[in-house]
Amino acid sequence: MRRTTLTALMLFAATSAALPALAAEKTLSIYTYESFVTEWGPGAKVAAEFEKTCDCKIEWVGVADGVELLTRLKLEGEGTKADIVLGLDTNLVAEAKATGLFTPHQLSPEGLTVPGNFADDTFLPYDYGHFAVVYDTGTLKNPPKSLKELVEGDPNEKIVIEDPRTSTPGLGLLLWVKSVYGDQAADAWAKLKDRVLTVTPGWSEAYGLFTKGEAPMVLSYTTSPAYHMVAEDTERYQAAAFSEGHYVQIEVAGMTKTSHDPELARKFLAFMTGPDFQSIIPETNWMMPVAATKEPLPAAFDKLVKPEHTFLYSADEVAANRKAWIDEWLAAMSAK
Amino acid sequence: MAGGDEREVRIARRRPGQGNGRRISGHGMYTTSERRAITGAGGFTLAFIVLFAGLATGVLLLHAQDGAGGTLFDAYLFRITRFTLLQAGVSTLLSVVLAIPVARALARRRAFTGRSWIIRLSALPLGLPALVAALGIVEVWGRRGVINELLAAMGLANPVSVYGLAGILIAHVFFNLPLAVRLLLAGLERIPAEYWLTSANLGMRSGAVFRLIEWPVIRGLLPGVAGLVFMLCATSFTIVLTLGGGPAATTIEVAIYQALRFDFDPPRAVILSALQILLTGTLLLVLRLLGTPAEEAPTTGRTIRRFDGARERLTDALVIGAFVAFTAAPLLAVVASGLAADLPRLAVDPLLHRALITSLLISLASATLCLVIAIPTVAIGPASENRPETPLRLLAGGLHAASSLILLVPPVVVATGWFLMLRGLGGTARFAPFVIVVINALMALPFVVRVLAPAYRTHVARTGRLSVSLGVTAWHRIRWIDLPALRRPLMTAFAFAMALSLGDLSAVAIFGADGIVTLPWLLFSRMGSYRTADAAGVALLLGIVCLLLTLPSTASEKTTSKHDA
Amino acid sequence: MPEPSSPKPDIHAIRLAAATVSFKDKNLVFDCTIPQGASVAVTGPSGAGKSTLFNVIAGFQPIRSGSVEIFGKDMAGRDPAERPVSIVFQENNLFAHLTVEQNVGLGIDPSLRLDADGRGRVDDALSRAGLGGFGQRKPAQLSGGERQRVALARAIVRRRPILLLDEPFAALDPAMRADMAALLAQLREETNSTLLFITHQLEDVQRLADRAMFIDRGLIAFAAPLETFLEHRRLPALNDFLGIDR
Repeated sequence: MRRTTLTALMLFAATSAALPALAAEKTLSIYTYESFVTEWGPGAKVAAEFEKTCDCKIEWVGVADGVELLTRLKLEGEGTKADIVLGLDTNLVAEAKATGLFTPHQLSPEGLTVPGNFADDTFLPYDYGHFAVVYDTGTLKNPPKSLKELVEGDPNEKIVIEDPRTSTPGLGLLLWVKSVYGDQAADAWAKLKDRVLTVTPGWSEAYGLFTKGEAPMVLSYTTSPAYHMVAEDTERYQAAAFSEGHYVQIEVAGMTKTSHDPELARKFLAFMTGPDFQSIIPETNWMMPVAATKEPLPAAFDKLVKPEHTFLYSADEVAANRKAWIDEWLAAMSAK
Repeated sequence: MAGGDEREVRIARRRPGQGNGRRISGHGMYTTSERRAITGAGGFTLAFIVLFAGLATGVLLLHAQDGAGGTLFDAYLFRITRFTLLQAGVSTLLSVVLAIPVARALARRRAFTGRSWIIRLSALPLGLPALVAALGIVEVWGRRGVINELLAAMGLANPVSVYGLAGILIAHVFFNLPLAVRLLLAGLERIPAEYWLTSANLGMRSGAVFRLIEWPVIRGLLPGVAGLVFMLCATSFTIVLTLGGGPAATTIEVAIYQALRFDFDPPRAVILSALQILLTGTLLLVLRLLGTPAEEAPTTGRTIRRFDGARERLTDALVIGAFVAFTAAPLLAVVASGLAADLPRLAVDPLLHRALITSLLISLASATLCLVIAIPTVAIGPASENRPETPLRLLAGGLHAASSLILLVPPVVVATGWFLMLRGLGGTARFAPFVIVVINALMALPFVVRVLAPAYRTHVARTGRLSVSLGVTAWHRIRWIDLPALRRPLMTAFAFAMALSLGDLSAVAIFGADGIVTLPWLLFSRMGSYRTADAAGVALLLGIVCLLLTLPSTASEKTTSKHDA
Repeated sequence: MPEPSSPKPDIHAIRLAAATVSFKDKNLVFDCTIPQGASVAVTGPSGAGKSTLFNVIAGFQPIRSGSVEIFGKDMAGRDPAERPVSIVFQENNLFAHLTVEQNVGLGIDPSLRLDADGRGRVDDALSRAGLGGFGQRKPAQLSGGERQRVALARAIVRRRPILLLDEPFAALDPAMRADMAALLAQLREETNSTLLFITHQLEDVQRLADRAMFIDRGLIAFAAPLETFLEHRRLPALNDFLGIDR
């Protein structure tokens, strides 16, 4: 039995390594987060559309999430196979640039509508979403109308949040509170603490607890209700519009300086902000497009919260202050 | 030839000093060449474990980033270290103390309907990814859980909160109580049948039976069992964060993950891992010094029948009932959520088939490798006892420590180290399955050793001299003496190793991008894209596969009971 | 070897009347009377039911029908400890983690709470078994024969009138067998107890028994005083055991 197992394993290792080699002559290797390339993610459709415009093949490499994407790149260094890295968010941009692995895209970001006026010579945005408190209309009749109401509201109405030490949405909320409260952020966290049911390591755990009914609120995105409306045909879960405004997460892509085919890579980045790519994003990645789509957005997107004001720290500010702000959060949240 | 063999058997049987309560020593249990082979295999195994983990951490240490490091031993680290030890200590205490009455009750009640299912169920929690278990526990103990709904119906509003230390403890007991029960039960079942006959003849009551027969056996097993449970709780991550209620509940493992994944500071991750190993290792050492293994008597193959505990029928039923309810309720919640998924669609999903096959292949391979590593680890113990050669004893001690402490080396650290090493060798994809298999095998090693070691000691004490005197040695001894007698513990160990590997995500997470889709990976991927129902379906499948894996190890139980007329 | 005191045939130590044990694949039926003070060798092929007979007498094995009487009292529903019986096995009579003294002490108080008098009795029994000064040792430090004598010392302190020995000599070498047999004979004489022992050795039968029974395929095929037993020639299986060519 042992021998069979080993043989099977070797076979399986060999095929998984050999498959990409059999593909078309020109390939574009794109590293992204895993949900981008699941069967419902945008990956397959994006590849099909792009491959129509070039005589090439897209090879997706999906890692757990945006943070893992950067870690993976750091691990691989200049030996990376990646031509394009797609799925970093603005908070990671400074660190990503610091690796020295990226090269400017040399494309004009004109015509892109990105909240917070994000523009960068190395990274191009492809979609965005605002962080939002998503609540269950079945159990919460009076959702908070501002971050202040969230912080100061009834401690018996709980919220599940993510940990800024281990997750992107967790860091997003941290920056959101910092944007609104500034120096008073620690006090705000001390108040909010009583409303926090628990702090999970990632978005999946938090959203899982929320949909199980453990808490009427969860930190997610303004676009989350669109999934429930389109895929599950229910309006039960809604995002709460906060009067102060919402913190934005902008997802970006960049090309590596080690790319085998910089022309093709640049061509993809240009394609990425075009209508073919942008039309795929809303209903597969459940995020907002940054440029015009071929057809108007689905009706569900009209019902989503459209923040009047957007918060966004620059990548450098985040990089410089992240540790101090997390320490502040830890101190406030750990106090008895 | 047959006559000659028979005479030798008789000589061996009559040898003075064999049998009752003989302290098991290496003397005369192995031939010189067997001992040499065991030593060789042991040395190879130790080198393999140390190199595999050591190379990876070494590479990480070399990979220091500029500006990384900073203050290491700050108040934060002190706080999380204290919390790690506190929660792991209390979790271990609860799991082990509660396991004693359950194991006693199950050992006493040897034949009731469903007993083998209870034993089967006990390997199941280990096979579930922590997130699945956490959600199952929440369905029972959470704010909208069964218990609070019941209490609410009785007019009490949300009196039980699972978020905080209580939740961490409930979850850790859920994972580790069944494990402790199974290990203690195996020990109690190795008590020779004559002990029960004698105790019944002498008229020992339940209290005396516990004090004079059961407790000495349990006490001998406690350091190993408690040490294992402590390591599992100390390295807990998802459970601690998800159910901990806030960052006050943070373990060193969280800091390691943060250092490696979020801050990308590999040396800090390595130093934190070293701290984790040092602290827990010291504790394990103290545990070992506190408890010495009991003198074991060889079993004579007589069918075990218990005559005690007639008065404890009701207590036993309550204890077993409570244990089953506590363990099965979250599992049932997982099943219920799974059944609500669109199972027919999932059943024909090619990605699910691929994940299932990959998971099975990886867990099969890693369980096999784990047994290959575990066997010399287990054999070297009896082979080295009462031997004057210090190198052999050092080797045995080193192997024992390495096979335990490997659980404290975070898989994320080892996997990252190997990733760094392999990236130069023509892509990581080619090696990914092998690295995952080895990491999973090493993670299962402490469990497997704890299942096999006691059974093997008993077995060697029973058959060692006989085999040597009959000249049944080397391969023939393995084939005809060891394998048949150790079939059940080997099967149990194999099932444990497979279950552990099946539920693991940590190793796959690093290499996952290279096209390796396992069941837990698929589960997380579905959860991460709003498909919670699908994820629940995958969790159900994972549970069923785990349960099926434990079938062979408990099915063989029936064939061993025959009447001793 | 001293001649055993003559048994009084009118007092039966043990009477089994169609005591029936059912296993999945076979039934065992025991019928016999054993006079008080007798020393009975129980012989027969492996798996014939010798140990089961002992289990029935000692109360380890419930019977489906028939009756077990000891000294005229029906034993139905009596736990092993409530029967006037001590039992000694081939192996594992002693708890390996307890000292010799503790192992013997269990015969006085099964929860091992001994007063000075109890400890005196333990010492006394140990010296009678030729094990004076061995009290603090663990079973592992004794030879097989010494361990069996500890088991007998425990039987001595228990003072039960019936002693069942399940292959007590099987693991011993010839010198030890002789010692053990002498100790048993002495014990029996002093206490007038009734002895049943399972053995495969004709030597043991001749040395220690005044009666013998032969069990074959779940039945007591033949039971008689020793002289008659040894001269019996009608059972081929017994002839095999006695080493007689038909």
